[in-house]
Amino acid sequence: METVITVRELKKTFKPKTRKGLEVKALDGISFEVPRGEFFGLLGPNGAGKTTTIGILTTRVLPTSGVAQVEGIDVAREPVSVKRRIGVVPQVNNLDRSLTAKEILLFHAQYFGVSKQQREQRAQQLLARFELTERADEKTTGFSGGMAQRLKICRALMHDPAILFLDEPTTGLDPQARHAMWELLKELNQKGLTILLTTHYMEEADQLCSRVAIVDHGKVLTIDSPAQLKRSVPGGYLVELQVRNSADGLFTDALRSLAGVVEIKAENDRVRVYADRVEGLLANAMRLAGEQHVIVTDAHVSEPSLENLFLHLTGRSLRE
Amino acid sequence: MITFIALLHRDLRVVRRELPSFLLRVVLNPLLFTFIFGYVMPRMGIIKQGYTDMLLPGILGLSMTLSSMQAVSLPLVIDFGWSKEIEDRLLAPISIAGVALGKIIVGVIQAIIAGLVVLPLAWLLMRVQLNLTTTDVVHFVLVALLSSWLFAAFGMVIGTIVPPQQISLIFTALLSPMIFFGCAYYPWATLHVIPWFKYAVLINPLVYANEGFRMALTPAMPHMPMILVYSALIGFSLFFTWVGLRKFEARALD
Repeated sequence: METVITVRELKKTFKPKTRKGLEVKALDGISFEVPRGEFFGLLGPNGAGKTTTIGILTTRVLPTSGVAQVEGIDVAREPVSVKRRIGVVPQVNNLDRSLTAKEILLFHAQYFGVSKQQREQRAQQLLARFELTERADEKTTGFSGGMAQRLKICRALMHDPAILFLDEPTTGLDPQARHAMWELLKELNQKGLTILLTTHYMEEADQLCSRVAIVDHGKVLTIDSPAQLKRSVPGGYLVELQVRNSADGLFTDALRSLAGVVEIKAENDRVRVYADRVEGLLANAMRLAGEQHVIVTDAHVSEPSLENLFLHLTGRSLRE
Repeated sequence: MITFIALLHRDLRVVRRELPSFLLRVVLNPLLFTFIFGYVMPRMGIIKQGYTDMLLPGILGLSMTLSSMQAVSLPLVIDFGWSKEIEDRLLAPISIAGVALGKIIVGVIQAIIAGLVVLPLAWLLMRVQLNLTTTDVVHFVLVALLSSWLFAAFGMVIGTIVPPQQISLIFTALLSPMIFFGCAYYPWATLHVIPWFKYAVLINPLVYANEGFRMALTPAMPHMPMILVYSALIGFSLFFTWVGLRKFEARALD
């Protein structure tokens, strides 16, 4: 597959804005590649360097050192050629407040030299697909977060870019709007658009991305498919049991002897079994419970999560 | 070039939509000033009839320069300091300097609209005899374009270095002295009565705009030498454009 985004040993240090301010090392040698058509995610906590990476790739931030290329073109050296090829959905609402929704789309396409007929047609199609037709002739100041977000995506698509960059596209959206947004993004990717997205939501990366780079402190910790990443966590599976009659501790001792079990945590009537991916773990636990005359009133199995992976890689939870 | 024209098109669409408030902002002050100083007071005999000849170029100069300066600086302060709206134009396939130059040109266009409204109104109220030769008209057009450009570029410098919280302070602290020391209400040549002041005001770019209009519209009245007017207008324009573009790029890129 042809590589469309190349980031190699990218570093960025922000100079202090005031004399007393400190230098901020936002990127500390980040590297990754994205092939055409991929849905690629940068996952990490706030301040990990995700937005700076997107900023450099979209020509808004100058790198301190390293290489950033879009379709083989150096971003710092030929920003105008890069701008032609990319669509950008920034985190902040930077919609033109002086224009109506439709005008925003039409002018954007005009900046990119799209013909009048084509831009009218494309604006109409996008507004319809993103359910904004009814508000097309209004200014955007009264738009909800979800509507503004959808309009920003429409705007980014008006000039038919080869790559779409989205910076935290669902932050601040309610769960319903978030799921609708996911469907739209999946659809765009299925049509062949390369997408690079940043997020600090595990679930979002899991749902959307074919590959995820986990970033922290301006560095890539690991890159792989979400499924593969989750599999790499030892003790990633979690079996939670709600029990009665287990006061003597024999049951938890017995559980500890099962194959694949990494750790047992018992408090009151709840037993948490952290385990590697092994077959029949829950069935074996139930069998042991039967032998010990322990009654299991409820059982719950959690899939390995990226959350656990992040914890495993950094020793910190992602939301910190 | 297509992108550049599209950016201008967007800005002019916004100007057209806000034309009533723009005209009110641009026209009201000079009109009131003209009415009192050019119409009421001369009739009272407090001010000599000939004063209007000195006043007309100054009023025009003030209207044009201030409107181009505000047209550039105010939106930039808001865009960079708070709304980040300008980012969508920075992502258009054009250099950052291209976006900045577009802003300056829109400022010049707004100054020309202001001039086209204020000049006939002021002229009608004050009934100044204007006997313009072809040379005067050429001077007039050149001075109008240069001073609009100068102040649009000055507006870019202000708009890119002043934080939003301080913009009204800057306008009061900087503009008031510029206006009162700008030779709008008196010709520069008559300042020989206070020599130190005559030379001190030369750091004020507004002086050259107003004296330029005086040279073009009322050449018979005392005015600054042509060479000084043009070299200062061009010099200040180049300087502010250079600083403005650099500051604009610095704000646009992290």
